[in-house]
Amino acid sequence: MRSLLLPEFTISRSEECDVCRACEHQCPFGAHTYDASNDKMLSDSRRCVGCQRCAVFCPKGAIEIRPAPSFYRPNASWSRERIEDIKRQAETGGVILTGCGSDKPFRIYWDHMLLNASQVTNPSIDPLREPMELRTFLGSKPERILLSSDTDTGTDPFLMLETPVLFSAMSYGAISYNAFQALAIAASRSGTFFNTGEGGMPSEMRSKFKKHAIVQVASGRFGIDAEYLNCAAAVEIKIGQGAKPGIGGHLPGEKVSQHVAATRMIPEGTDAISPAPHHDIYSIEDLEMLISAIKEVTNYEKPVIVKVAAVHNISAIASGIVRAGADILAIDGVRGGTGAAPKVIRDNVGIPIELAISSVDRRLRDEGIRERCSIIAGGGIRCSADVVKAIALGADAVYIGTAALIAMGCTLCQRCYTGRCSWGICTQDPGLVRRLNVEEAAQRLVNLLSAWSHEIKEMLGGMGINAIESLRGNRDQLRGIGLYEWELDVLGIKGAGE
Amino acid sequence: MFNERMIEIDASHMETRELNNLLREIMLSGYEKVVLRNVCGQRYIGTRLYSPQRQVMTIEIYGTPGNDLGAFLFGHRIVVHGNAQDGVGNTMESGEIVINGRAGDVTGMSMRGGRIFVKGDVGYRAALHMKEHDQKRPVIVVGGTSQDFLGEYMAGGVVILLGLYGAHTASFIGSGMHGGAIYIRGEIGEEQVDSHVLISRPDDADTEILGRHISGFIERFPDLSLDLDHILESEWTKLSPRSSRPYGKLYASTAPD
Repeated sequence: MRSLLLPEFTISRSEECDVCRACEHQCPFGAHTYDASNDKMLSDSRRCVGCQRCAVFCPKGAIEIRPAPSFYRPNASWSRERIEDIKRQAETGGVILTGCGSDKPFRIYWDHMLLNASQVTNPSIDPLREPMELRTFLGSKPERILLSSDTDTGTDPFLMLETPVLFSAMSYGAISYNAFQALAIAASRSGTFFNTGEGGMPSEMRSKFKKHAIVQVASGRFGIDAEYLNCAAAVEIKIGQGAKPGIGGHLPGEKVSQHVAATRMIPEGTDAISPAPHHDIYSIEDLEMLISAIKEVTNYEKPVIVKVAAVHNISAIASGIVRAGADILAIDGVRGGTGAAPKVIRDNVGIPIELAISSVDRRLRDEGIRERCSIIAGGGIRCSADVVKAIALGADAVYIGTAALIAMGCTLCQRCYTGRCSWGICTQDPGLVRRLNVEEAAQRLVNLLSAWSHEIKEMLGGMGINAIESLRGNRDQLRGIGLYEWELDVLGIKGAGE
Repeated sequence: MFNERMIEIDASHMETRELNNLLREIMLSGYEKVVLRNVCGQRYIGTRLYSPQRQVMTIEIYGTPGNDLGAFLFGHRIVVHGNAQDGVGNTMESGEIVINGRAGDVTGMSMRGGRIFVKGDVGYRAALHMKEHDQKRPVIVVGGTSQDFLGEYMAGGVVILLGLYGAHTASFIGSGMHGGAIYIRGEIGEEQVDSHVLISRPDDADTEILGRHISGFIERFPDLSLDLDHILESEWTKLSPRSSRPYGKLYASTAPD
C-alpha cells in the first residue's frame, strides 16, 4: 500500500558538499544515497527521522535537517499528528509504537517552582571553600539509634551514593552493549549506581561492576537466577515504569541476538515478552512474598527497591509497598522514557513525577513510616535544578535515563524501537554499536554527574544548607509560580511572595 | 540424629527466617543431606542456599512447606513427603524438586532449568513463563493434571501431564505460549487450548523426550508401580507454539522501512 504520509523533515545540502558519502554511511534509515551516473548525493526526506547524525558528521557542514514546511490545513482539533496517526493505522492496522519519553506539553512543575536563597539572615555558604555533603544513603533507616557498645545496632542494608543521582533502568537488549557498559563504568567512577533493567547482566561484567549495579526483576524474569541477584548492590522489582504504566514489554525477536539471548537466558530470535503484571503478584501480600523471596536469596544483604509508575492514588500504593517491606521506593513519572511503548499509553497514562513525590512523601510521613523507605524519583529529570527541587519535595535521590542517553549523544528522534539508532545507543546492529565509543561515552556521563554535583552544591550553598540530607522534604525552600491553588496544595508549597 | 554428612531438624515452632538461617549454616558447614521434620508452612525453603562455589545438598521435608518452596533454587535437591503450596520452584535455576503429593498454583513459574516431579496434580498457571536457554531446559512432570492457564507465556522447557487419576479439565492452556512443549496424556479438546498453540501428535523425537522424563518420574515414585511402555503407548497430545513471535504483527512502525 502506498503511504499517504507527508515527510516530517527536509534535507538540504549546500554547495559545500564534496560527495564524500559520509552521510550515506551515517544514515541507518537510508535517507542519503549516491547517484553514480551524476556523481551526486541524493536525499529521500521521507526516510529522514531527524536524528541529526548526518548533519553532525558532515565534514563540510553542508547538511541541514529541518522540519518539513509542508502542512495540512490548520485545524485545532485535527493536528498533523492526529491525521498522520490515523493514516498510519489505516495503512498498517497496528498499535503505534514510539520511543523516548512523552513529547506532550504536560505542565512541567519543575518550571513552576522557584528555589530559595539566603540573603542577610542565615547566610549562604560558599561551596568552593566549605565542605558540602552530597553523600546520600538509600534504604530503610532505624527508628532510633542506641548508643550502647554491647547492643547490636546494625542497620538494614543500604546504598551509599556520592551524588543523589542514579542511572535508571535501561536493559541490555533495549540499549547496546557499549551504552550499557558506559553506564556501568560511569556509575562506578562517580560513586553511584546503574540499573540493569529487565535484560539481565552479561556474565563477564558481573564481578567488575557488582558493587555499582542494581539488578532488576521484572515480570518476564529475564536473566534472573540466584547468582545474578547476588552480583548486585541492590535488587529492584519492577512493577511499572512511567512511559507505560500497566503495560508489559516486548523486545522484538530481531533484537534478541546471541549475546542478548544469553544474557536474558532465552532462545535467540524469539520475542522476549514481559507480561503486564507479575503473574505471581495479585496483591500487596503477594508483593511482600516476592520481596521476602529476594531478601532470602540474597541472604538479607541487599536492599530491595520496588519501582512503580506515578499513577492516580500513588500515595496509597506507596504506603502498601513500604508496608510490604520495600527498602527503597522508586517512582517513575509520566514523562519517563522508554525504548518502545504504545504511543497512546505513553502520552495518556500516569501523572507527573513532581505531584507524585510530594503526595507520597506526605502520606508516608502522615502514617509515620517515612523512615522505613527511601524514595527515588524519576521520569522527567532534566537538570540539576530538577534534582534539587525533587529532593526538596521529598525524594531522597533521582533516577536519570533520558538525560544520560542525551549525554551519550541521543537526539530524541524517538525511533529507539526500530533498533536502528544512528548514535549506536539503542541498537544491536554491530556496525551501529561500534559508533559509540565506550570510554568516551562513560567520560561524558561522568562529566554530566560532576557538573550537576557542582551545581547542586551551589544551589545548596545559596540556600544556606551544607548537606543534601537537610534539604529532603524541605518544601519551605520552594515557591510556586503560575500554579492553581490545588496544585500548590498537592505540591505542599506556598506561592511565590508568601 | 547425627552423622558426618546428614543432619535432622525438628522444624516445629520454627519461623521461616530461623529455619532458613539454619539451612544456610548447614549448607556452608558442608552437609550433603538434611531432613526436616514437622515442617508447617515455612516459606522459601531452599531459597537462601546460593553460594558462589555452588555447594549443593539434598533436603528431605516431612510436613507441608509454605509458598515459594525452592524459589531461585540453585542446584539443590528437595524431596517433599506430602503436599506443597503455591510457587514451587519459582524462577528455579537448576536442581530438582520432588513432591509426593499435590503442588499449588504457579508451580515452576519462570523456571529456567532443573526438574520438578509432582506425584499428584498442580494448581493454576503452572509452568507460567517457563523458559530455556542453551543447555538449560527445565522439565515439569505431573502425575495427574493441572488447573487453568497451564504454560501461559511459556517460552521454553517441557511440561508433561500424565493424567493418571482423571480427566484434564483445564482451560486456556498455553495462552501467549511462544516456546517449549506441553505433552498431555489423555483426551484434550481444542476448546481447552489457546489459539496460539499448535496441537499435534508426538513424533519419535518427542517419544524419546517423553520416555526419558517419564522414566525419571517412575523412578521417583516407585509406589505407583507404573509401566513405562504402557504409559507411552497411550494417546498423547503435543502442544507447541505456532510462532516464536506471537506479537510480531501487533505494531505499526513510525519509521521508514
